[in-house]
Order: sequence, then C-alpha cells, then structure tokens
Amino acid sequence: MNHATLAAEFVRNRPRAHWHDTALWFVRAKRDKAVHSLPEWETLRETASAIKLHTISHLAEYLEQFERQATALGATVHWACDAAEHNQIVLDILRQHGVKKLVKSKSMLTEECHLNPYLERHGIEVTDTDLGERIVQLDRKPPSHIVMPAIHMKKEEIGELFHKHLQSAAGATDPQYLAEVARQHLRHKFMEADAGLTGVNFAVAETGGFVVCTNEGNADLGVSLPKLHIACMGIEKLIPRAKDLGVFLRLLARSATGQPITAYSSHFHGPRLGGELHIVIVDNGRSQLLASGEFRGSLKCIRCGACMNTCPVYRRSGGHSYENTVPGPIGSILAPARDPQHYYSLPYACSLCGSCTDVCPVKIDIHHQLLTWRRELAVHGHLPWTKRFSMKLASIVLRTTWLYGLMGNMGRWALRNFPRWLVYNRLNAWGRQRELPPAPRRSFRQLYQEHYGRTTTAGTSPQPGGNSVGDSQSSTSRH
Amino acid sequence: MAEPQPPEHRRSREEILSAIRSHQPPGTELPTLEHQWITYVDRPAQFAKVLTEIGGQWVRVPDAAAAHSALGEIPAYREAKQIISRVLGIGNSNVDLTNISDPHALEPIDFAVLSGEFGVAENAAIWVTDRNLPLRALYFIVQHLALVLPAGEIVDNMHQAYERLKFNRAEFGAFIAGPSKTADIEQSLVIGAHGSRSLTVFCVG
Amino acid sequence: MPLVALFIPCYIDQLYPQVGLATCELLKRLDVTFEFPVEQTCCGQPMANTGCTEDARPLAEKFLRIFKDFEYVVAPSGSCVAMVRQHYDEYFHGRPEYADFQKLKAKTFELCEFLTDVLHVEKLQGQFPYRVGLHQSCHGLRELRLASDTELVGKSYNKVRSLLEMIEGVQIVQLQRPDECCGFGGTFAVNEEAVSCMMGEDRIYDHEQAGTQVLTANDMSCLMHLEGLIRRQKKPMRVMHIAEILAGGDV
Repeated sequence: MNHATLAAEFVRNRPRAHWHDTALWFVRAKRDKAVHSLPEWETLRETASAIKLHTISHLAEYLEQFERQATALGATVHWACDAAEHNQIVLDILRQHGVKKLVKSKSMLTEECHLNPYLERHGIEVTDTDLGERIVQLDRKPPSHIVMPAIHMKKEEIGELFHKHLQSAAGATDPQYLAEVARQHLRHKFMEADAGLTGVNFAVAETGGFVVCTNEGNADLGVSLPKLHIACMGIEKLIPRAKDLGVFLRLLARSATGQPITAYSSHFHGPRLGGELHIVIVDNGRSQLLASGEFRGSLKCIRCGACMNTCPVYRRSGGHSYENTVPGPIGSILAPARDPQHYYSLPYACSLCGSCTDVCPVKIDIHHQLLTWRRELAVHGHLPWTKRFSMKLASIVLRTTWLYGLMGNMGRWALRNFPRWLVYNRLNAWGRQRELPPAPRRSFRQLYQEHYGRTTTAGTSPQPGGNSVGDSQSSTSRH
Repeated sequence: MAEPQPPEHRRSREEILSAIRSHQPPGTELPTLEHQWITYVDRPAQFAKVLTEIGGQWVRVPDAAAAHSALGEIPAYREAKQIISRVLGIGNSNVDLTNISDPHALEPIDFAVLSGEFGVAENAAIWVTDRNLPLRALYFIVQHLALVLPAGEIVDNMHQAYERLKFNRAEFGAFIAGPSKTADIEQSLVIGAHGSRSLTVFCVG
Repeated sequence: MPLVALFIPCYIDQLYPQVGLATCELLKRLDVTFEFPVEQTCCGQPMANTGCTEDARPLAEKFLRIFKDFEYVVAPSGSCVAMVRQHYDEYFHGRPEYADFQKLKAKTFELCEFLTDVLHVEKLQGQFPYRVGLHQSCHGLRELRLASDTELVGKSYNKVRSLLEMIEGVQIVQLQRPDECCGFGGTFAVNEEAVSCMMGEDRIYDHEQAGTQVLTANDMSCLMHLEGLIRRQKKPMRVMHIAEILAGGDV
C-alpha cells in the first residue's frame, strides 16, 4: 500500500489526527526542554555520532571482542544471518530449557523478525511486558511507535480492550486504574514465566556487557525471576567502551521522552547466579546497509524515536501508515533498504523540512538520506511512470528558455480563461482543498523588461555598472 | 555454561563477519570524551531537584539515626507488612533474606531499604549492584523502595559516573532514577508501572 | 557597488511577479546594482526532490553557465538557494566545472541573508503597521541556517526576523510552534495532498490564534500553499512575501 493512501485515511478523521499530533508534539516539547537545559548538547551529539561512525568502521573487530568478553563472563553468544535464523535460535534455546511461558520486554528487533507469532505457532506463550507493547499485543496490532507503541490508541479503546481481556471494570478509562490492572496482570505473568527475553540498547565491546533501558522495570523483572535470559541485538547496537555509555545514556532518554534518564538503565555482565544468559547477534540486512556509503549512517540510530515525535508527517499520519516495524523518518530509510519495491512510497512521505535531522541525537542526516533514497528509487525504476514522465517533460521545457516562457504564458492564460470546473478537475490534487495561485497577465521577466529595460543574457560578460538601476533615489542607507 | 552452538550457526557467524569485513568503511577516530561537561555548584541540591521532578522523594538527613526516624514517617513504610532492610540502622527488617534463594519468594515484600553506591546529580540516577544483594530482583519487585545514598557520593554527570565504574567481572548493575513509571496510556504519567511504586532517597551526611 | 544577478525562481517569475519586482525595489533602495539574466528558468529542485536527478542535471549546468560570472547571485527564496548550495555538488563533482561551481556556491545568497551578511543592513525605511506572522520556511531555516531553530541548542538568532523588525510598525506575533513545516514540500504538496493540507491548516490556525494579519515568509512556495488554503476557506488573512514588506510595500 502507498503511504499517501493510508495517511489520507488517517487524516480523514481530523479530530483524531489532531489528537495524535498534539500527543506527539507534547513529547517533542518535553524533549526541547530537556536538551536546552544542557549547554553541551551539540557536543554530545557530535561525540555520539563520531563514536558510532568509528564503531561501524571497526564493526567486525568489535563484534569479535564483544563475543570474547561476553563468553568469558559466562554468556553464550549466537549469530543469526536473518530473521528466520534468529527465531530458530530463540526457539531452540527455549525448547532446550523446556520453556512454555516467555516474558518479553520491548525489542524492535524481535518485532522486525516477527518472533511472537513464530513462537506462538510453536506452542510458546509470549507476553510482551512493556505496557504499550502489551496493549498492542492484546489488540493484535503492531506497535505504531518504537518508544510509545500504543500512542495511536485512546484511553477509551484501551479501557475496552482491558475489559475484554483483563476483566477490568466496564467503561473504565482512568490511566491510573488501567495501568494498575496491567500491573496486577503482568505481575502474574512475571511470576509464572520460565524465561525472560530483552532487547539490547547498547552492547559494550570492551566489557562484553550490555545495557537495557526501561521506565517500567519490566525488563528487569522479566529476567531477574526466571533463570534463563535471552537478549537479542542487531549488529549495530555495539559501542566500543563502557565510558561511551555516558554519552549515549545522556542522549537517549532526553531525545526519546524528555526525561534526564530512563528509570532503569540495567547493565548485564554475564548470567545471574545459577542462571543462563544467551545473546543473539542478528544481521538481517544490516551488513548490506553497511555497504552503502549513502545509507551507512542510518546504522548509527539508537532507536530513540525523536525523529518520529518531531516529524510533521508522522504526527499526522500515524505509525501504521508506514507499514514497517520502525515507522517515521528513520524507518523510511531502513524499510526501502530491505524491500525498495514494497516501500517505495516512504521516502516521499516527507516534506524535507529537516527537523528530524536536527533532533537526531546521533546526527543522522535523515532528510538528506530520504532525498538520496528518492534518487536511488528513480534510478532503479521504482517510480511510477507518471512521475518519471512529468519530470522528464518539465526538464525539457525548463532547459529551453523560450519554451519555458511560452509554456508559462499559455499556462497562465489557461488559468485565467478556462472555466473553473475544468481547472479544478478530479486529477488536480492541488486544487482539492486549495486555490491555485493567481495567474497574472504578465510574468516577472516581462514586467522587468518594462520597468528596468535592458537585461543581460548569459554568455555576454556583465559590465559592472553598465546596467545599473541603483540610482540615487535610494532612501535607505547601507552600512 | 551452555553447550557450544551447532555448526550451522557458527557458519552464520563467519558469514556475518565476512559480510561486514567486505563492506567496512575506512576507519575513523574514536573520540576521547574529554570535554568540560556540566558540573553543579551544589550537587545534592541538583540531585534533589531532578529526583523530585521524576517522581522520587528526597530526604536529606545528617546520619543513619535521623534516616531511621524519617523512614518511620513514611506512610508506605508504616503500612508495610513485609520489610527488608539491608542498611545498618535504617529500618526494621522482618523478613530474613538469608533464608530466601528463589527470587519469586520476594514478591510479597512491601518495603525494602537498600544502599546505593553513588548518585548522579544531572539525572538523579543511583548506581546499585548485586554484589551484596545476590537476589537483584528485590530492586524491581518490591512495592516501595528506599535507597540510602551517602551525601559525599554524588558525582556531577554520567561521564564521571563511568569513570568510577569498572566492569571486570560477572555482575549486575543498574542506574535507578525515580520510581517505575509509564506514560503508555495517552501520555498520562502513571507512577508505579511494574517496578517500585515509590522511590525514597535518603541522602545521609 | 556589487553587481548582483537576480535569480528569480520560476514560479515567482510566472505567478508572483510582484515579489520579483519588490526584490528589485528593495535592492534599488539599497543602492545595489543588479541585473536579471533572462536565460534563467528553474534551479531543478522539483526534479531533484522527486529523485529524477538526471532531469535536474541540465538545469544545474544551465544555472552555472548563466550565473558564474557575477559577483553575487541573489534570490528571494531560501529553498532555491538551498538547492544550489546544498544539492548541486553531485552534479559537478569530479568535473572541470567543479571549481567554478564552488565559487558560484559561495556567492549565491538568499535575499535576507544577502542583506544581513553581505550588505550588513542595519536600517530599513518603511512602515507596516500590522501584526505580522513570520513563517520560517524550512529550507531557509535548516539548510541555510537563516535563523536558529528550536531543535538545536545554541545561540539564538534570526536574520529574517531582524530585518522585519527594522520596519516601523511591524508587530511580530508569538506562535505556539514557531518553526513547524507548513506542508508544502514541493511535489509533496500533491503526492501527500491530505497530510500536506492538514499541515497547512494547522500552521494557519496557529497564526489565527496569534492574531496574524499578514502572513509572511522568505519562500513564496510555502506562502502559495498557505494562501491556497486561506483563499479556499475565505479567511481574512493577507499573505505577502517578505521582500514586499521590506521594500516598503503595503497590504
């Protein structure tokens, strides 16, 4: 499906689209407040970007170092080329331990690999324990945001969902009450789980440890009670040194939600006493991204979601309109890398305003990468022919000045003289909700000729002062 | 330790690493992290300000005895049926942790008083580990948590924090900043998601 | 006095000639010697932003040919200048014209930027007794850095606003979202028509709440989109390019 079509559906419900926009803008505003309280913010961004670029340029060595150190701490490291292998590895580990019930904290990687349905097909009960994730899991929908998975849902809808699945009071909508219902429900799940699975926010090559950040404490509960902990990470989660965490933990929560740090930033080094720790390192197309000079920078992403919160398109079109695990600006870079044909419309779901680039804590030039994607898509023939044809035509006209002038005159004449129904026809997307600009009788170049007389043509070298129009009538001074 | 991976997964390891090696861009420098990072004139005051903003309670006391009596004023503590304290002189334990080996048994604990190693002024985070508390689940499963923080053990920022931390053995550590919380329902902040419903920090000294 | 080549974006040439004339008037008032090289058409941004860079390439080459010998190139558009300065590199990279292009790039300015950074204008004559809503066009803001934006941390400045404040009577309104995109975005305006129009409506609403009488910007393209919505919805808000106000124009 095309993003524009799904977005138009979302926008059609205007009050809801406004509500969604306002909710996310609120988070963006909190982010602004948090970052403007740190004078070194831009230095932090620079530093984080440089650390990530360095890591990417030494990724193989750092992965090996990480594996060595993690193994020395008693963890078992697994490698998966793709989603299928990742899922298989997780299932194998679970089966070896006779696990029937698994609790999971938020992991966009497992979403990307569609781990839940896979495990469920193989008889494992999977419970997402992040409240937002649990809500969308009960609703049988994918998350619409990577940090706030249920940001698209209203409390009334969540109340209804909880009433149906968790026996909460009918008609209850109070977030405090609903969160308490979820707390009781999930405590039960934590208590009976045979294993816990987490994502990884940062993996440290130097120490072989990794960090998981949550606000709810669900990752920690999920892996501190059962004996088995599985952590799944993309190859890009690596950083070289423990002290680099200082940079990233300062950036992550401030960018994501405007908090100074998440409530829990847990550092796992080896399994807990008497337990087992398995780390699954996943490629799933990432090494291909590494190959591309243009898009390599997107591997710096720390999944804070700031680009979504600030994106004027995401805020008004909702996360599901992207049909990708990671929606919004960064998702629009990652998705076509996997399947350009399917996701060709995402790089166009962007007004190129550049706000994403400026909020990005690791300085990914997101909007320029989206522009580059458009070029890639055009080069590889993924653009609809209408677009290609109209651009070719425009180029031909604009290359030839007299033709441009002629077409301009004809166009303006048509706008002035054609009946309204003809101008505002069904194919005129501009005119659906907007008036076309006025069509003046004469263009600027014609008027200029009248007002200022002589003009210069290219090729003749300009004579300074020769065509001066800046005479002494000037009434302002220049300093 | 678990058994080694089956050979097909080892193949994947080689495949991934060689794909990375063949695509790896030219090396760039690793920054030193040397910078004039933010510092605060009054670190405890900054810590207290941030802690309050993120939903925690700040109690500044001269000594353990004062902390103990301040603890007695906290309703959650007074109403608690099962209490564990691991800090000498602060709080009265009525559950003996030495008899517990399964962390699931910690579920009914209402209140825990535990010690924090050091705090960070910029974000009110407190570093805790499982070095002296092998059942690390206690930090997260208890209904109400109090952490005791020596006033002299507050650093300015996260860079200083990591200068203190050495990760040279199998150990769990976490920064805890405020009580557990969620805003997953319409961005309304709810304190007490899955972890502790409250966090009181006793800053001693 | 510098010799300035006017670079008048194609849609201003065809649809908003008064903006081009106001630019002339403003430069004239500032004693600037300028010319309009008539061979110019378009910078090629619509093609480039659609991804059809090969269709944009001849226009970039044409642009260089026309403008390379002038001392300055000035355009009343942040977006078109950003196209030249930030996105033309790929067309000349590794080619003999590259050096020429680098020189051209360094002397191509958006109008307000030219007034501020080259002419160092500190005073402007004129009266404009209205509540003015300043729309910060994204390309001027985040590509050319004509003002600090709300995302980055650093010194706060605004070249466009400072010029506007030199005009007597101007009251600049306070917006809830001072630098959110209006939703024009070139071909985005028709590709993503629904989102584009909602974005535009939201900007207009913000201006209405702030009491804007005249909505201005340094990019007429944003204003074309916003004015399209304003006129369709028959709202009592006037739209003017900043050159028109700075040149002493009235509503």
